[in-house]
Amino acid sequence: MMEQEENKTDVIVVGGGPAGISCAITIAKAGKQVVLIERGKFSGSKNVFGGAIYAQPTRQIFPDFEKSAPIERKTVEHKYAILGEKDATVISYKNKSEENVSYSVIRGKFDRWMAQEAEKEGVILVEETVVRELIVENGCVKGVRTELEDYYANIVVLADGVNSLLARQIGLRGKLSPKDVALSVKEVIKLPQEIINERFHVNNDEGCIYQIFGGPMLGMLGLGFMYTNKSSVSIGLGVTLSELSEKRIKPYELLEELKKHPEIAPLIKDGELLEYSAHLIPEGGYKKVPLLFGSGVMVCGDAASFVNNLHWEGTNLAMISGKIAGETAVIALGKQDFSEQALARYQDELEDSFILKDLRTYKDLMDGMEERASEFLGYYPKKINSFFNMFTTTDSVPKHDKYWTFIKSFFKDRSIIEPFKDLWTVLKLLWSILK
Amino acid sequence: MSDLEDKLYTVKYTPDSNSHLQPLQECCRLCKSKICTIICPAGVYEWDEINHKLIVNFENCLECGACRIACESCSLGWEYPKGTKGVTFKQG
Repeated sequence: MMEQEENKTDVIVVGGGPAGISCAITIAKAGKQVVLIERGKFSGSKNVFGGAIYAQPTRQIFPDFEKSAPIERKTVEHKYAILGEKDATVISYKNKSEENVSYSVIRGKFDRWMAQEAEKEGVILVEETVVRELIVENGCVKGVRTELEDYYANIVVLADGVNSLLARQIGLRGKLSPKDVALSVKEVIKLPQEIINERFHVNNDEGCIYQIFGGPMLGMLGLGFMYTNKSSVSIGLGVTLSELSEKRIKPYELLEELKKHPEIAPLIKDGELLEYSAHLIPEGGYKKVPLLFGSGVMVCGDAASFVNNLHWEGTNLAMISGKIAGETAVIALGKQDFSEQALARYQDELEDSFILKDLRTYKDLMDGMEERASEFLGYYPKKINSFFNMFTTTDSVPKHDKYWTFIKSFFKDRSIIEPFKDLWTVLKLLWSILK
Repeated sequence: MSDLEDKLYTVKYTPDSNSHLQPLQECCRLCKSKICTIICPAGVYEWDEINHKLIVNFENCLECGACRIACESCSLGWEYPKGTKGVTFKQG
């Protein structure tokens, strides 16, 4: 009991990523004791994303982060590249004046910065420490067991990432199946700043995000991405683990193919590989959100499956869910009530926020896409490219004939029923999103 | 394979002496798909035809967790490496 009192704090947060740091700093700012436990050498050292962070939600945690945080480039252009086997159709949206922008960052730098800011606010950061299990007494989470010691707290917040072995240990969530996660592989390729500016048509601090459909992933439930950093380009892809398993494809071979695609290759030509990495992305959405709280415990970020895969949002959901968990912890500490009922506020606030609202909006998206992946991510991307091929090719065939050949192909390529199935899926999805 | 080796060469590791990945070899022998040998982004798993044994190059692990979820016989003991060990991403 002595040991328990000595090693006891108000809140323990497991995981020093965007969710955990946001939670811990919220608690520390309210004057409460909080210990943040990170398993890596430093915050961000086990983390991988595309990726970009979003200014508006980040400002809610770090109001002036744009002045001092290690930011790579401000996103001014979003490109949607629909790749055929050799050709590509690219749609671009450019906006230099938008206030609620996103910034490309490197997690090893940015998360570390966030953790340092949290320490300035009084968060006790414990690095290189793995929480092996939760200490549970009478159905109530009382603390954490690390390799070396037991630590006790009134509340434990689980921000331990997509694999969240801890949420699983106490039954807050079940097993993830291969279709609930995407396996993502990424390479960061070093290029001189001026070369990046030239190739991506941006100025020094401006960046570009590519969302890539098709190419080597034609027909698969997966997408590619490219982000510009100051003097490197991040390129990668994510494909559901079920798809990779069924088709028996090695993820890094797929990435090699993507890098060789004629649309992509010139952008990264002569670059030097700085680092290869891999990570899982929660793709289960609303249907795979675990139980979010229990007696003395809350779950946030990737551990709670908070990813909006259509809009490529994750860090923002992580930060805001962490903030809400932190606020809930502060209220619970004020009342000295850490029961399930007291922490239910966390879920209520999430329900009122964009987090669970957005996840609910898209709750049927993955099922629909999974059902028709070979169509929406295979057949149609090819078709879009073949349309432009037909439209731009000058070969002395009368245009009238070309148009009709193209239109007829929709009914010849596949069984006559397929276009109707596609339409049905689209209508179902639209209904589930807009209702 | 050399392609993957080049990639892994860029990753900073602090390997442990013991593996944090513990497959149950008797289940692996019966496993038909041996899917871990395909999906692992670091090629950690190799099937040794001669000794009928799953070789685990755990020191190359990127700690993503894909094998844990993909393992069909659910026989893989999977935990994070010790706090001071494993992968350190600088460019994540």
